Amino acid sequence: MAMIETKNLTYTYPGGTKPSISGVSIKVEKGEFVLITGPSGCGKTTLCRCFNGLIPHFYQGELQGEITVAGMDTTKHPTHAMAKSVGLVFQNPENQLFALSIEKDVAFGLENLGVPREEMGKRVEWALKLTSIYDLRERSPHEVSGGQQQRVAIAAVLAMQPEIIVLDEPTSFLDPLSAEKIFEVIHELNKKLGITVVLVEHRLDLTAKYADHIIIMDEGKVCFDGDPHEILSNEETRLIGVGIPKATLLYQILRKEGMNLNNRTPLSSEELATQLLEAFETT
Amino acid sequence: MIEVEEVHFTYPNGVEALKGVSLAIKNGEFVAIMGQNGAGKTTLVKHFNGLLKPSKGRVRVDGVETTKTSVAALARNVGFVFQNPDHQLFSETVEEEIAFALKNFGFEAEAIQKRIDWALNLLGLTQYRKTSPFLLSGGERKRVALASVLAWNPQMLILDEPTIGQDYQQKEKLRQFIVQMQTQGKTVVIVTHDVEFVAECNPRVVLMREGTIVADGEGREILTNPEVLTQSSIVLPQIAQIFMKLAPLGLPKNVIDVYDAKEILLKAREKRRK
Repeated sequence: MAMIETKNLTYTYPGGTKPSISGVSIKVEKGEFVLITGPSGCGKTTLCRCFNGLIPHFYQGELQGEITVAGMDTTKHPTHAMAKSVGLVFQNPENQLFALSIEKDVAFGLENLGVPREEMGKRVEWALKLTSIYDLRERSPHEVSGGQQQRVAIAAVLAMQPEIIVLDEPTSFLDPLSAEKIFEVIHELNKKLGITVVLVEHRLDLTAKYADHIIIMDEGKVCFDGDPHEILSNEETRLIGVGIPKATLLYQILRKEGMNLNNRTPLSSEELATQLLEAFETT
Repeated sequence: MIEVEEVHFTYPNGVEALKGVSLAIKNGEFVAIMGQNGAGKTTLVKHFNGLLKPSKGRVRVDGVETTKTSVAALARNVGFVFQNPDHQLFSETVEEEIAFALKNFGFEAEAIQKRIDWALNLLGLTQYRKTSPFLLSGGERKRVALASVLAWNPQMLILDEPTIGQDYQQKEKLRQFIVQMQTQGKTVVIVTHDVEFVAECNPRVVLMREGTIVADGEGREILTNPEVLTQSSIVLPQIAQIFMKLAPLGLPKNVIDVYDAKEILLKAREKRRK
């Protein structure tokens, strides 16, 4: 079942001279972990804003084409009705946080949904612990670091337990090990609970290994859409400003030099190291 | 030249962010300051242009103690680009944003135009000259903030997380730009979590943890030391990870560059064949 489906989706911001996304037709299946990437300004964030109805309800502008998310036409359902099914974590966490304490910020969405008090307490605690900010719960979200704010924004969305989580560069302010831990938590929720994940990221070194499906955009259009192992083996992906993982790049270079590595393009250092060890054993 | 001597810094809320930091950065050096969130990286670099003054110890920029001068006087020589561009941008158009500091520093109108053109072109922003910075994407706004500082050509550049939200091509341009700055004898200090970017540049790396410096040396050595990195919540660059796992083959471990990796692996294969 498709959780997100767009047909020929085209959108122009109010006052914009050309569309920010144009003719986008994609399909995201239930339980998929989808990675969306592409050069800065290619329309990734704009597309995400369509997934929970921020476009066209909040941003207005001109939207054409069709979009269905979790079975709902986002143009016909208000954003708050979408919020139950789709959680969006923005690029800049400051735009998303407003409550007096981190705990209240994480609880806010649940209060709006009318979740019973006891259940709410449990879910908030669960989300705070998953994102390692339980000890900060009494603090104001505006007095913690940018990285901690990103954890709060992620916790707030996880607590809602939506069917789809859309994350727009959610860990850019976090140190690499913390970012990796967050991605692992998200990956685990995706595998265990079957939550559909849409992740927007430039750093494929950190994230390509989690993806079942990759969508690469350029100038508002989708230019690649499919299996990450296949798509990242295509050398053209480098040309449109996608930094393929270093392990993938090294693999391509070594294959060109005639190294006998197997046909499956590696996306992580583990995969390439295993292939290299095999290759050296048989040499 | 920046000289930091036994600097301690405590924020008004009582958090002790720096606990005795000493560091010297020479003119023309390229330094990456790394470390986990809350390690004190941004607090340290804010001392370089006098935005923060030490609670104890001292900081001298080109021989002048920062407590004895103003941020405005330091700013002419030390350009600072913040982590979050929204803390920096305020003008109606990209062009006005870049012109602002140039006007303040008293540049002539003609020079201002030239410098704006140069900075817009360098950062691929020419098409947005008349656009409001707030209509741009996160990555583009970051570049506007960078352009507005580069335009006045400071002797020293401090970039707090310059690669956030930047795609591969933009990062590559930034890398080339930093190399160019160095050939002009300029100092570049970046605060970053981007291990892959640092691996490509191989600068001097200063690693911080809980308000102190725990390692200081060549990128290639520090980024291939898993004990030190893990303590600072940094993961090894992918190439270093691969060479760790290739330990049974007896290859060197201090490899962070893709092309160095290629040479080493091809040589090792030749050797085995003989």
